[in-house]
Amino acid sequence: MGIFDPVKGFGVTFGMMFKKVATEEYPEIGAPAAPRYHGRHQLNRHPDGLEKCVGCELCAWACPADAIFVEGGDNTEEARYSPGERYGADYQINYLRCIGCGLCVEACPTRSLTMINFYELADDNRQDLIWTKEDLLAPLLPGMEQPPHPMRLGDDEQDYYVNGPELARGRGVPEQETVETDTEEAVR
Amino acid sequence: MTVAPEKSDVDVPEGYVKLTIDGEEVVAPKGELLIRTAERLGTVIPRFCDHPLLDPAGACRQCLVEVEMNGRPMPKPQASCTMTVADGMVVKTQVTSEVADKAQQGVMELLLINHPLDCPICDKGGECPLQNQAMAHGRTDSRFVDKKRTFPKPLPISSQVLLDRERCVLCQRCTRFSDQIAGDPFIDLLERGAHQQIGTAETADVLDAASHTSESDSASAGKSASAGGQPFQSYFSGNTIQICPVGALTSAQYRFRSRPFDLVSTPSVCEHCSSGCAERTDFRRGKVMRKLAGDDPEVNEEWICDKGRFAFRYATAEQRIRRPQVRNAETGELEEASWTEALRAAADGLAKARDGKGVGVLPGGRVTLEDAYAYSKFARVALRTHDVDHRARAHSAEELDFLASRVAADGGPAGGGVTFADLEKAPIALCVALEPEEEAPAVFLRLRKGARANDVKVVHIGQWASPAVEKTFGELLACAPGGEAGAVDGIAQHAPDVDEALRSEGAVVLVGERAAEVPGLPTALHRLAERTGARLAWIPRRAGERGAVEAGTLPTLLPGGRPVTDADARSEVERHWGIEPGTLPAEPGRDVTGMLNAIVTRDLDGLLVGGVDLDDLPDPALARKAFDAAGFVVSLELLPSTVTPYADVVLPIAPVDEKSGTFVNWEGRRRPFTVTLDGTGALADSRVLDTLGVEMDADLFTQTADAARGDLDRLGAHEGTAPKGTSVALSATKVPPGASAEPPAPGDGQALLATWRQLIDDGSLQIDEPALAGTARRVVARMSRATADGLGDHVTVSTDRGSVTLPVEVTDLPDGVVWLPGNSPGSKLRATLGAGHGAVVDIAGGDR
Ligand code: SF4
Ligand code: SF4
Ligand code: SF4
Ligand code: SF4
Ligand code: FES
Repeated sequence: MGIFDPVKGFGVTFGMMFKKVATEEYPEIGAPAAPRYHGRHQLNRHPDGLEKCVGCELCAWACPADAIFVEGGDNTEEARYSPGERYGADYQINYLRCIGCGLCVEACPTRSLTMINFYELADDNRQDLIWTKEDLLAPLLPGMEQPPHPMRLGDDEQDYYVNGPELARGRGVPEQETVETDTEEAVR
Repeated sequence: MTVAPEKSDVDVPEGYVKLTIDGEEVVAPKGELLIRTAERLGTVIPRFCDHPLLDPAGACRQCLVEVEMNGRPMPKPQASCTMTVADGMVVKTQVTSEVADKAQQGVMELLLINHPLDCPICDKGGECPLQNQAMAHGRTDSRFVDKKRTFPKPLPISSQVLLDRERCVLCQRCTRFSDQIAGDPFIDLLERGAHQQIGTAETADVLDAASHTSESDSASAGKSASAGGQPFQSYFSGNTIQICPVGALTSAQYRFRSRPFDLVSTPSVCEHCSSGCAERTDFRRGKVMRKLAGDDPEVNEEWICDKGRFAFRYATAEQRIRRPQVRNAETGELEEASWTEALRAAADGLAKARDGKGVGVLPGGRVTLEDAYAYSKFARVALRTHDVDHRARAHSAEELDFLASRVAADGGPAGGGVTFADLEKAPIALCVALEPEEEAPAVFLRLRKGARANDVKVVHIGQWASPAVEKTFGELLACAPGGEAGAVDGIAQHAPDVDEALRSEGAVVLVGERAAEVPGLPTALHRLAERTGARLAWIPRRAGERGAVEAGTLPTLLPGGRPVTDADARSEVERHWGIEPGTLPAEPGRDVTGMLNAIVTRDLDGLLVGGVDLDDLPDPALARKAFDAAGFVVSLELLPSTVTPYADVVLPIAPVDEKSGTFVNWEGRRRPFTVTLDGTGALADSRVLDTLGVEMDADLFTQTADAARGDLDRLGAHEGTAPKGTSVALSATKVPPGASAEPPAPGDGQALLATWRQLIDDGSLQIDEPALAGTARRVVARMSRATADGLGDHVTVSTDRGSVTLPVEVTDLPDGVVWLPGNSPGSKLRATLGAGHGAVVDIAGGDR
């Protein structure tokens, strides 16, 4: 050990004082995340507000942590929640179990289920960490209305699946904003 | 080209052939289909239309294999589900043959051309043979780039079956089932080519509109609702949903309820009739989602009726009783109470009534063997009486003798009793006072199968050529209601061929529970059996009746068929139960009507009632009077019933899904089942009675079903020539032949009432099932043209109690007879008329 070594140590400390700080000021300045970070789930809507989820349970099937519970339901002419015959009547994700792997998102055949940046998933009781359909559904953007309501954008579900993006523009969903990513934009 | 192995040391027994499959030598029985021989070798050939219980059709072409006969290969791959094995055949399946594999992939690609790829919204997804086989034997991608043929969907072909024609692979399993097994060919193939589709007469009307794509959606939907024709009304339609290899036929009730991986399946036994069909109960999160037919070749093969399949939501009905209730002495209202409190109140009340004039026990006919045993033992040990009778229906003392001598003593399948398999091979099956399709559908299916395959001669002694008569290719010996005894006695005179056939080996006589309503009939049947040597089988309607006879819930029988009047039998039972010798009364108890009368005359104080509906009893008015007069009534029930308003204590009990137990089916075969929904806290009757017994210082040892059954089995069946006494009673005809046979003669404006219950009606286990109720048969009054003459479209059938007005349908009934369904909407005969089969009623033109 040399006689100047302690001084050298102080030198490192002193030198760091003039460098850029890497610390994120969380939570004071929000909850930053990379744009494509996979946080909590969101159940998306068609441009007229109908739900994309068809209650197929493929997400629940794919989930390795058994975090998802889905029960399908039958759309009727009086109460329609999604285009086509079937909708997700009951939808729950248990965030005590979810490991954030995103396999459910890959399984979803309708792109109903996606993940957004939000990651502040902590609570002091178990009950509140089971998110239900109401918690998970995407907010209504301009041009959308709260289901149940009839199909506004076509005669059957084919029209919704095939022509989704054009239909979205026709409904006046703001440019640059896809129906699947609103909170992502908001957080950024 | 493969050369068959030159020499082999495999012995080929008589009736067998030797062939080579995938290079392996196999010996197969002559006539076996290739697809099954391969299966025995462990090679599963993909298939859609093939079903072991249906005639081969070769409709889907998925099962193609390469076949070589006498060293020469067949020019094209062959369907292995229609080709039978032959000596020296060389078969190459997809395992060893590229040609077969390619052919299968080609067929699969073709099947998928117009397939909608609906899997996410398809109820079959996850258990779909098409999905599975497309993965195993299909191409990875499709070369079809054009627009798919679409159909409007779903199309309800009945209130419980929905048809999705886009998914159909035209395998014709459904049509073959309906045609061959059920005999209800309402559903068939329509159109040709790409527009070929499954449909009913009703859907055929909208074919034009329907065979085009979505533009005509709304038009066709509107039209189909109003179109005429016959919907797919079959009591067995649910089976088509189960055997459809794709999601083309789906259940309205199970629609979108769950996925196979959500479901926990338990084997179970149907609680609805005495056939005891094997079922599979699927539940999710503590709730039964669906029931499927179980596979039991001895009993129901792979079929069940729609009642067994769809009627299960009564157990989750909102009104279900979940907590004990005790009547508040001051307000007179039933109030919820704790078990301790309720059992205390019940025990005190019953003990007081017992020490007074006594308590009668009415377990009802839907009990399991174990529960019946608990009632039987509770009556004898805790209430010290033989006043116990499970027959919540028309009954007679003559029937009691019949049950003791012919049913309790029949050893079941092991003891040479009639079995389902016997029905299939019998030279003749004579149905007396039994409507098999309505009362025991599995029996009906077997009779039909036997008649189709083995020319079983099915003869019905009844009133009209009901659908069951036609579908069993049966012969009807028509008689007036109440005249069945005479008809049976007169068989030798007016149907010598039937009499002859009954004398042949294996002949069977099937008797329904309605026999109890016809004076002299049980005796006449006994005589017939003695005279011809035909074997008798009693086929009650309710699932628990046969087990209850075995468990001794009859005033003349102790468990194991022991006659109450036999001193040795009594002391045997006393020893086994560990009660004081001589405690069991030596005299038989009262039957249901006897008990009700005794209550009215104050010779009986209390009643302990299981699943009994007062409107099922022969005289509902008497029953109401008696229950009103009873000093103390304890009701063990699942749902509020007609007994509840009279009950002083109501104890909730478990439905079959929430308990284990055993039904004894009409054959006498035990049908044990385990608990499906565990830990719901609901208690079986046997457990409730056991605890109630403890409160009354009587130990029943029936805490669990196993314990109860063990106790019963240790007691065993009655040894020796048990029911001699009663058998003598039967043959020493109380009613001389002929005299009994004369039914009362109806006067002017009167008719004789013929009636039985329809399978799908207002039964208490069918509540909350609108889809099922939609397939009930039409509720009509049937009579001959002469009887209907001058009545108009509707007839009002009345007695001094009330009247029923129904549309008239002219049917081949004897003149002066009117037939009404027993318990259907608008036709609840016991409740409104207080009359049953064979009664004289007034008829008049009804206005409506
Ligand atoms: S992210 Fe993974 S663990 Fe979480 S719900 Fe989806 S599949 Fe399940
Ligand atoms: S979120 Fe997607 S995968 Fe999950 S049930 Fe809905 S549609 Fe199916
Ligand atoms: S029938 Fe099978 S393959 Fe066809 S949509 Fe349904 S689950 Fe998918
Ligand atoms: S509906 Fe089902 S069972 Fe009937 S032909 Fe089509 S695929 Fe076969
Ligand atoms: S299974 Fe052989 S043709 Fe269908």
